[in-house]
Amino acid sequence: MAGYLFRRILQAALILLGVSFITFVLLYVLPADPVRQIAGRSATQQTVENIRQQLGLDQPLLVQYGRYLAGLVQGDLGRSYLQRTEVSTLIASRLPASLLLMAGGILCELLIGLTLGVIAALYRGRPLDQGLMVTSFVAVSAPQFVVGLLLLYVFAVQLGWFPIGGYGTLSHLVLPAVTLGIMGSGWYSRMMRSSMIEVLRQDYIRTARAKGLTRGRILFRHALPNAILPIIAMIGIDIGIFMGGIVVVESVFGWPGIGQLAWQAIQRVDIPIIMGVTMVSAGFIVLGNLLADIVTPFIDPRIKMR
Amino acid sequence: MVDTAHVPAQAPIAAASVLHRLMRRKLALFGLAIIAVVVGGAIFAPWIVRYAPNEQLFEGLTLQGAPMPPGGEFLMGTDLLGRDLFSRMLYGARTSLIIGVVANGAALTIGTLVGITAGFMRGWVGAILMRFTDLMMAFPALLLAICLAAIFQPSLWIVAMVIALVNWVQTARVVYTETTSLAEREFIAAERTLGASNTRILLRHILPHLVPTLIVWGTLGISVTVLLEATLSFLGVGVQPPTPSWGNIIFENQTYFQAAPWLVFIPGAAILLLALAFNLVGDALRDVLDPTQRGRD
Repeated sequence: MAGYLFRRILQAALILLGVSFITFVLLYVLPADPVRQIAGRSATQQTVENIRQQLGLDQPLLVQYGRYLAGLVQGDLGRSYLQRTEVSTLIASRLPASLLLMAGGILCELLIGLTLGVIAALYRGRPLDQGLMVTSFVAVSAPQFVVGLLLLYVFAVQLGWFPIGGYGTLSHLVLPAVTLGIMGSGWYSRMMRSSMIEVLRQDYIRTARAKGLTRGRILFRHALPNAILPIIAMIGIDIGIFMGGIVVVESVFGWPGIGQLAWQAIQRVDIPIIMGVTMVSAGFIVLGNLLADIVTPFIDPRIKMR
Repeated sequence: MVDTAHVPAQAPIAAASVLHRLMRRKLALFGLAIIAVVVGGAIFAPWIVRYAPNEQLFEGLTLQGAPMPPGGEFLMGTDLLGRDLFSRMLYGARTSLIIGVVANGAALTIGTLVGITAGFMRGWVGAILMRFTDLMMAFPALLLAICLAAIFQPSLWIVAMVIALVNWVQTARVVYTETTSLAEREFIAAERTLGASNTRILLRHILPHLVPTLIVWGTLGISVTVLLEATLSFLGVGVQPPTPSWGNIIFENQTYFQAAPWLVFIPGAAILLLALAFNLVGDALRDVLDPTQRGRD
């Protein structure tokens, strides 16, 4: 167990190292010159050179990368070019909003997806099941920004049930969270359906039925826990999809999270912020995968730790 | 583990028979119909539309300067600049389809090459390729795509390339898994004993077995590509106006969407329907091409 954990953590660290290097190289070859952006159009050549030197941008790629990495392991993500603030401070101030949104999204995804999946499995082959499976395809085919704008139009503009945008109360969270969760709920309802069908086929369910247990008891005590666990572990793997989703959802709803931070930074060529958000996102993705790998053998002892 | 490769090595996939079986499924037929309509609209756009997609029409705005609602003179109404939305939608379909096919074709090619090489070579080549694939999985894909699109001045082909660079990973993993299990089968060992070269084994024996998987993933992948293109264009880093794309029509008009919701919801519905169509067809193809998966999802 300890060896397995150690190896997986080492792997995760190596992956993060790789991500940091690739992102750094990509941003280094950026044709738009960040120094020009900072200095402004009227700056003299001398000023531009001074700023370049000050930021260390005149150094060769590997030196710059080495410096960045040295900071990174100490939790220092550098300073924003334009906002004159530590990137880690900026991200830390935005992260709670994004995490809240993600938690809401995951909750919606599971609530909608698992419920529909269980219903579909119980009505397997009947029109309700077929209808639900078509619905799940519609859910995974719907672009998030269109879903967001549609929910905004119906529930905020027309019905006035929720605020049009912003951040703060629970009612602000509902629409963005549903938007973020809907796409995944389509996949989860399909996975839940097949997992449930698989479990309902098992001998111990037949035994339970033979013992004369009620349908409800069989479903909630015997079938559901076994069918749900492997699917919960999948969430760890899905963090990457959520990290992309928050960029879109935060932009539609004006949600003040790291997605919006990154989006604004990309438009202004504020490289340290882009780099920082990418690293933090990758960190979450790697962590999610790691947790999924660690949790799965506990849920299903048939899966061996390798 | 279900063995997905029970088709005999030389069995050609009879396209006619696959199409026939596909047509018997209502959902697949629905998907094919949508694809046919979109492809037809895209190809014959110049003969269908009454106004050029980029023409700002004098009669396209009301006296107050607001866009015209659908119906009447303009089938789908006009946009904020007084351009005919129907015309922009048809020409936008070209953008979606071109990117869908090109980006997805490129992603499929890269994914297959990486997956097949890693699965067949094993050893350190395979290990390096698969570690690189793991690394790509840890990238926040949309963020990477946005960065790349912002780095290069986005044009149609650049957007297609960016999407391909982000999307090949899944294919690579699937192809890798299938290739490793194929490489261990007896008939490959037999071929090797008979003195067949690596190239021959790869091209004549492994690749044909991968074709059904590639067809399924290729079809499902178009749906992912269409959605990603729309998302990038919606964020303003995809296809650049005035070239119409379903995503950038929404990008251009979203500030006004409370007053003119059709400018968001008509292209939105089109994106959804096209992505749905490829998902339905891809899912049906999986059932038809791979009987072991039937009814399993």
